Amino acid sequence: MGTIPNHIAFIMDGNRRYAKKHNLWADDAAGHKAGFLALASMLKYCYELGIKCASIYALSIDNFKRRPNEVQYVMDLMLEKIQGLLKEESIVQKYGARVYFRGNMTLLTEPIRVAAEKAMVATANNTGMMLFICVAYTSTDEIVHAIQESCNNKWVGIQEANGSKARNQAIRDVEYQIEEKAIIKLRDIEKHMYMDVAPDPDILIRTSGEHRLSNFQLWQTTYCLLYSPAVLWPEIGLRHLVRAVLDFPQHRSYLEKKKEQA
Amino acid sequence: MICLRSLPLVPHELKSPLSSRTRAQQQHSSPFSQTLRSHTVPHKTLTGGGTATTTTVANVALSEHNDLNAAEEEEPLPSELREELMPNHVAVIMDGNGRWAKQRGLPTSAGHQAGARSLRELVEICCKWGIRVLTVFAFSNDNWIRPKVEVDFLMSLFEREIKSQMQKFVSEGIRISVIGDSSKLPQSLQKLISEAEEATKDNSRCQLIVAASYSGKYDIVQACRSLACKVKDGVIQLEDISESLVEKELETNCTEYPYPDLLIRTSGELRVSNFLLWQLAYTEFFFVKELWPDFGKAEFVEALISFQQRHRRYGARLS
Repeated sequence: MGTIPNHIAFIMDGNRRYAKKHNLWADDAAGHKAGFLALASMLKYCYELGIKCASIYALSIDNFKRRPNEVQYVMDLMLEKIQGLLKEESIVQKYGARVYFRGNMTLLTEPIRVAAEKAMVATANNTGMMLFICVAYTSTDEIVHAIQESCNNKWVGIQEANGSKARNQAIRDVEYQIEEKAIIKLRDIEKHMYMDVAPDPDILIRTSGEHRLSNFQLWQTTYCLLYSPAVLWPEIGLRHLVRAVLDFPQHRSYLEKKKEQA
Repeated sequence: MICLRSLPLVPHELKSPLSSRTRAQQQHSSPFSQTLRSHTVPHKTLTGGGTATTTTVANVALSEHNDLNAAEEEEPLPSELREELMPNHVAVIMDGNGRWAKQRGLPTSAGHQAGARSLRELVEICCKWGIRVLTVFAFSNDNWIRPKVEVDFLMSLFEREIKSQMQKFVSEGIRISVIGDSSKLPQSLQKLISEAEEATKDNSRCQLIVAASYSGKYDIVQACRSLACKVKDGVIQLEDISESLVEKELETNCTEYPYPDLLIRTSGELRVSNFLLWQLAYTEFFFVKELWPDFGKAEFVEALISFQQRHRRYGARLS
């Protein structure tokens, strides 16, 4: 009965290197397909270990910079896999996972948006675990969006609150200034984050030995345990997850202290 | 410089995959095989004013004297490092002072003193090796809840260090900037910081950014508030708010290199702890198990070697 992390975030790095390593030269497809199988396994292990929430960096806005045919392939694969989530035998249905798609969805094609929406509706009543699939996502884009929303809400709020008061215009302007400066708080920005409904990740695992966040959940991982096993994503196994989970309890006491301070 | 107090002692140190690094082999100093790099150092007058030098005979002589000193002090890069792959901006979370002191049966203040020494040495190496910006996490916004005795000690250590290093900053062309919520710092320290920033604002050899009473999240909140005011004043439209505009409002707008290329955290902790947040989007992380007072040139070289071997793709692919 150890301490189990609540939320593990995954940066699934190494699909193409895996394909190269195993001489699957045909195209990038082989690596991504192997990657998807690894994802299915990891979600299964998370479920079995009692981890309530998982998030994955499925498609970064930066990935649109890749070669058009690779981008197209990833989009097609994504559409196929999202549609697959709706099937009875899918991993999501098997483990009762509720699926959330988070990111700048306007950057995706219509078919993907529609499929994602369907998947979210279909799994809305699942209570097994929560799965956050970050697509067309970067943290900086998420923060810009949250800033725009909070500026918009606060400004609209002030206008509505003060609209009917018949007071000297100059005084009102100064008050707006002071009020406005004081008004936007951390929580105002946070509640407009795409990932707001998720608890902050306790552990972030990035495979293939890369030690960086690549613009993934920067806000949410600021106290998170960062783990970078050298293994390539398609080769990740239960032992890697267990290792991270075993390291977690000592980290948790630090996190609890942080929560007390907040 | 004040240094981040270490986190509460953990029951035991678990060896993490990230911290299993081999120590750098003994570096060879091979001055004849490395090109000495020269730096453009705008020199300050000895009277310590805040303005750029005028071309008097005395100042030309001073300038030549300083150039000579700079060349004499110049330290070539170790042979393992490639000059063209050196990071422009290095960030450091200086963790482990408390643990270092405890291991030796010393008071925490001794750990912070030792940490200050480590920082002085790192600043010097960065200058010599052409690293343009060094940002250090000296005191987090989260650290204010530490025991008052320790916080007071850190504040006074910070003051002492600025005073004792001022001449060096001036003569070595180091610009000092402090980011964070300075309103929480003692008045005397706030004044000293303002003076130091003013006195060194034209220095361009190397910039030392000290994050004191800093929180990455609040950096973003204050940027958001500035943008809200600009929208309110009609300076910008809501839809103009972009990543570029946010970047300009962050406290790292005091430098032309706001994004660290490399982040080093000592003492084996594997997290960012509300240090720079936005700015670390593509930064390469290097976690070492050495405690901050034990982090020296050899450990820094090891971090740089690792950095230089990494392939930074920024989401795209290298062809």
